[in-house]
Amino acid sequence: MKIEILGTGCAKCKKLHRLVEKVVTDTGNDAEVTKVEKIEDIMKYGVAFTPALVIDGTVKAAGGIPKAAQIEAWLEEDTPEG
Amino acid sequence: MKERTKLLIMLAVFAACWFLPVGSDRFMSAVGEGLKLLKWYTQEHVLLCLVPAFFIAGAISVFVSQGAVMRYLGPSASKIVAYPVAAVSGTILAVCSCTVLPLFASIHKRGAGLGPASAFLYSGPAINVLAIILTARVLGLEMGVARAIGAVAFSVVIGLLMQLFFRKEEAARQGEGVVVMPDEETDRNLWQNGLYFAAMVGILVFANWGKPAEGDAGIWSTIHSAKWLVTGLFALALAGFIWRWFDKDELSDWTESSWTFAKQIMPLLFAGVLVAGFLLGGPEGGRGVMPNEWVGSMVGGNSLGANLFASVAGAFMYFATLTEVPILEGLINSGMGKGPALALLLAGPALSLPNMLVIRSVLGTTKTLVFIGLVVVLSTFAGLLYGAMF
Repeated sequence: MKIEILGTGCAKCKKLHRLVEKVVTDTGNDAEVTKVEKIEDIMKYGVAFTPALVIDGTVKAAGGIPKAAQIEAWLEEDTPEG
Repeated sequence: MKERTKLLIMLAVFAACWFLPVGSDRFMSAVGEGLKLLKWYTQEHVLLCLVPAFFIAGAISVFVSQGAVMRYLGPSASKIVAYPVAAVSGTILAVCSCTVLPLFASIHKRGAGLGPASAFLYSGPAINVLAIILTARVLGLEMGVARAIGAVAFSVVIGLLMQLFFRKEEAARQGEGVVVMPDEETDRNLWQNGLYFAAMVGILVFANWGKPAEGDAGIWSTIHSAKWLVTGLFALALAGFIWRWFDKDELSDWTESSWTFAKQIMPLLFAGVLVAGFLLGGPEGGRGVMPNEWVGSMVGGNSLGANLFASVAGAFMYFATLTEVPILEGLINSGMGKGPALALLLAGPALSLPNMLVIRSVLGTTKTLVFIGLVVVLSTFAGLLYGAMF
């Protein structure tokens, strides 16, 4: 699974990045977390409000920091069984 | 950071300390002025002005529907509505300068197009609530109002001109799909939110109600003598609204986002205040390291040259959020004219060398140069006009 954090580097974006990494480590998920900081790349996702969370190419949240439980739920939902 | 860079930094710091002019009167008094200015800010502006302002900014970023505003800036939006909305939406969308650029890029690429995007890019940083509140408080009400009106009016003009200059390319441009909106849900209706914001603004306005001139016995001094009573009533109302209409999660989001603003802005602002005091002198007209004659000769009075210089300098200089206010205050105390001060306020926060580069990556070189040119020219004229009026 690929998780991308979109954000130009403001405080909220860094916070979301830390939160996602923590959730991934805590749940023992093998997802790869990357940061997307270039504005042209952020635009490709159609996101106007940063920070945004993208899982496997789908924008899950934009314009705020979702709760940890919500991120966990998304991760579980998208992880194939077995 | 490379080891060599670290070594170079260390050598530079070493050299700076070695040659530090500690004995010099000029230097010592400038340090003193910096500290005096910092103390004055802390005592006069933090508790009653900045703290409520942080709460208002926090509330805006949590409770005001940003998606709703973007609807008026989308690809199908009416052009007549898009310009004014873009011009004023900075108040609620651009509380943090780092959010301006992604919004600008998406309005340009996927939304209402180049014109409204340019309008938003220009006015956004200048009319966010924190900037307006602090400008009005420190530099005087008329400067705060002039800044807000100037930024809004000019942003529409700049947007329309950009659209006009590049109309052929704009006609060929295709919208690149939809913008993803943030999810939103709320139990409060519009008037409840309105009252809640009105109570906060009421606290801010009345707690800072200025002392009227000696012997003035009109309505203003009556309000002044009752200001704590009025402020208290607003505070009570606010407490009531919070208790009745908000749940725990919303309150913790609100305090957290206010706290984020405070953490982001206070250190930079205090550093800016210290530097401004050191360079330009403190609140009682003491002297900083920069001679007043320099300031006077470059941006004193209200000549075309002074206004132009202030605009160009402002356009290239980078101001961290809100630091433009203490710097301008220092400049005004050292002899800067009111016109050039407004010119700098209008050109300054909207542009800086680093964000010109980002804008260029979105718009291309030609459009960026035209945009910068328009900002500089219009700010210069605004300065001339304001300088002639006040």
